[in-house]
Amino acid sequence: MNAEILSRIQFAFTIAFHYIYPPLSIGLGVMLVLMEGMYLKTGKKVYEIMTRFWIKIFALIFGIGVATGIIMEFEFGTNWAVYSKYVGDVFGSALASEGLFAFALESGFLGILIFGWNRVNAKVHFFATIMVAFGAIFSAVWIVIANSWQQTPAGFHIVGDGLHARAEITDFWAMVFNPSSMTRLIHVLIAAFLSGAFLVLSVHAYYIVKNKFIDLATRGFKIALVFATIASLLQLWSGDSSAKKVAAYQPAKLAAFEGHYDSASKADMYVFGITDPKKQTSFGIKFPGGLSFLLYGNFNAPVKGINAFKKEDRPGDHAIKFVFQTYHIMIVCGILMIALSLYGCFLWWRGKLFNRKWVMAIFCFSVFIPQIGNQVGWYSAEVGRQPWLVYGLLKTSEGLTRSLKEGQVLFSLILFTLVYLMLFLLFIYMMNKHIKHGPADEKNNMIPPGSKRNNPIIENS
Amino acid sequence: MEKFAGLDLQTYWFLILGGLFSAYAILDGFDLGAGALHLFLKKEESRRIAMNAVGPVFDGNEVWLVMGGGALFAGFPVAYATALSAMYIPFIFLFVGLIWRTVAIEFRNKESMPWWRKTWDIVYTFSSISIAFTLGLILGNVVYGMSFNSEGDFTGNFYDLFNPYALITGLTAVALFMMHGAVYLSLKTEGRLFTKLVIMIRRFVLFFILTFIMQAIATIVFIPYIAERFKKYPWIFIFPLITVLSIANIPRLVWKKKYGLAFFFSSVTIASMFSLVALALYPNLLICSVASMHNINIYNAASSTTTLKTLLLIACIATPLVLTYTVFVFFTFKGKAKLDEHPGD
Ligand code: HDD
Ligand code: HEM
Ligand code: HEM
Repeated sequence: MNAEILSRIQFAFTIAFHYIYPPLSIGLGVMLVLMEGMYLKTGKKVYEIMTRFWIKIFALIFGIGVATGIIMEFEFGTNWAVYSKYVGDVFGSALASEGLFAFALESGFLGILIFGWNRVNAKVHFFATIMVAFGAIFSAVWIVIANSWQQTPAGFHIVGDGLHARAEITDFWAMVFNPSSMTRLIHVLIAAFLSGAFLVLSVHAYYIVKNKFIDLATRGFKIALVFATIASLLQLWSGDSSAKKVAAYQPAKLAAFEGHYDSASKADMYVFGITDPKKQTSFGIKFPGGLSFLLYGNFNAPVKGINAFKKEDRPGDHAIKFVFQTYHIMIVCGILMIALSLYGCFLWWRGKLFNRKWVMAIFCFSVFIPQIGNQVGWYSAEVGRQPWLVYGLLKTSEGLTRSLKEGQVLFSLILFTLVYLMLFLLFIYMMNKHIKHGPADEKNNMIPPGSKRNNPIIENS
Repeated sequence: MEKFAGLDLQTYWFLILGGLFSAYAILDGFDLGAGALHLFLKKEESRRIAMNAVGPVFDGNEVWLVMGGGALFAGFPVAYATALSAMYIPFIFLFVGLIWRTVAIEFRNKESMPWWRKTWDIVYTFSSISIAFTLGLILGNVVYGMSFNSEGDFTGNFYDLFNPYALITGLTAVALFMMHGAVYLSLKTEGRLFTKLVIMIRRFVLFFILTFIMQAIATIVFIPYIAERFKKYPWIFIFPLITVLSIANIPRLVWKKKYGLAFFFSSVTIASMFSLVALALYPNLLICSVASMHNINIYNAASSTTTLKTLLLIACIATPLVLTYTVFVFFTFKGKAKLDEHPGD
């Protein structure tokens, strides 16, 4: 294993770990706004207790998201120094804007969210909740724009040559609205909304199965179900637009997603299957001509295949096999979520949503579906981009820090693995504890309104 | 080269960067310091209070590091890439420290078993000390210089990063933050813990003065270009002077029970030390210890002027916003007596 492979593994591992948390906070942020909005509208105590409970969980998720995010920001420099210089002009502004607009907003108001119940009035608190939700959404905006730029670069020119070559912005807005940024941003945000909604669904379903906090659990479940249904249907549309963009701007990637080799022929769409780059065929359950139809509205339209690209300009054989699977798993996740939420709505309409234990039992585990979808979605997008670091401009092997030693990366990779493992175990332990404990004794902890607490410090346990 | 009010764009970005990193040092400095002295507090209750004084604000304070990093990447990508890749291992330690500290603050009070709390107390203290030390070490290496070639690829040895100058700077950072943190905690506490902290402040001031003197001597010995700069521009002496005066002020103000002002002056100490570093480096960002022509400065490291201008515009829009709500949030947690008099509707 050389420094390049190790650095790729390290980057993938650390970002994939980071990416467990942001989608949850983005989605949960919106859920909090909905819950607290219900509280303000109805004045029912149960919504306040619900909001408070989820704020606790939000804080836990947020904290780990921040701790792992700081590493991401600097990892470009530590392991991908050449790439950092190459893209700094373009990329840096996105990252800097993120810090200024998003993180400061989110972290600032989070204090009020958690510690401010007795210090500000209900409306100000609600305002803070909205700001935190916005902050979380903004954090996704700039980073996805930056990532999209390296998928579909625009609004720049190359100055210098050889080792000194770097991209310089010529048109800021063309950089921001590069061909894929908006479709991908929408896709990522909806995926995040799904992550938040299904977390709430799972936990509330668990309470219903356990017959605990029933009033609170059923009310929260309904809010989340509405949100999840809308989001999962929208995701189908958004994924379709993403696929069209990929076909237009990164045809080699799309061909790899679908295991499509021969350019001349119509392209099928697989539901399940495997692809064999050696024999250049894919097997499985498929809609003949399905891909052609989705992309061009015609079952017989030819779609550019993998063979149309030089070996060094397209993903390697292993990568093709890998993204074929990850891409299809993502779509299965999408279909599962649509099915689950529509079935939930159907039962609700029939007035038996909470009567069937087994339905609730399924919902208990549904939190994993969007998480898996998120992970495999990014794997597809990023592995499918290989061998390019910046699509069509800079190869991954050229972007690596040149002075990097194999031993150093191995050391940091092992260290991160150990630390993240501990972190993950603690996270699961704490989540489990919060959930088991439930929102119950909030009432006893409540401080009567108007009481004067002189100690400026509030116990946060 | 375009200029505004006599300074070019790159210099503005140099100033902004300096401002962001000083703000980070002042803000996260006090919570790192509070962490570093945590184990000196013996009572469970004191520890809990001390940690809760940091809990609501430390996330927000770390954002300044994120913004500083973002600004460095955006404004001077070459410096960002070289600094991070050259100091690979120290930065990895910094990150691991930051993770452990967040975890300690978040998890300590969540369980009541003594072993649980003790473990996190230890993690909290050691991660805080190691972060403070590593930050100092990194700054020390920036001032001392590292060896890299014309491409900015590190050519030195891993052990070079642990030169005496960098080690002393690391120690100074720890001492500085401990003093700063103690003053902050004295602002936020009352009763017996408070009395204890007041005694501690004196010791930490003394500790810091000691390291400060060491730092000064080491600078004279190891960093010739700083001495030259002082000779050329004697007015720079104002900054060490401000530093010394504000340090001297701290015990005096603590004795007079003016803790707010004492905190102000320990912040001034940090700011003036950063100004000194900035004045010593300008216009360089990273010093190359083998060939000064490879120095990375604000001109050969900068992004294009289009980007610098765009960024300046972004900063001009965002800064007032950030300041407004930072002040709002801080006031929410300060003026609580007032807010509680008007309970929510
Ligand atoms: C703004 C930039 C950016 C963003 C937002 C992401 N990535 Fe990425 N990713 C990169 C920038 C990048 C990169 C620096 O460009 C890497 C490093 C090596 C490479 O080829 O691309 C990379 C590689 C990379 C790889 C390894 C691919 C390979 O080496 O074959 C994986 C699996 C991921 N990323 C996964 C993710 C996940 C799960 C993300 C969701 C949060 C994500 N990436 C967001
Ligand atoms: C390589 C890419 C990434 C970098 C460099 C990065 C950087 C960061 C940093 C520095 C933080 C901490 C901010 C703070 O101090 O408050 C953070 C947190 C966060 N990041 Fe990332 N991030 C990356 C990928 C992503 C992606 C892809 C998303 C979402 C689509 C995302 C969303 C968030 C959110 C919402 C937070 C707030 C903490 C949380 O809610 O968990 N990040 N990130
Ligand atoms: C329902 C059908 C879906 C389709 C057709 C679809 C399509 C796509 C395509 C084509 C990409 C690659 C974009 C690129 O490389 O630029 C992608 C990426 C991604 N997908 Fe999906 N997707 C679907 C569902 C989902 C679901 C349910 C989730 C998660 C909840 C999800 C999460 C992601 C993520 C996180 C990425 C990476 C970010 C990006 O590149 O946009 N997708 N999707």
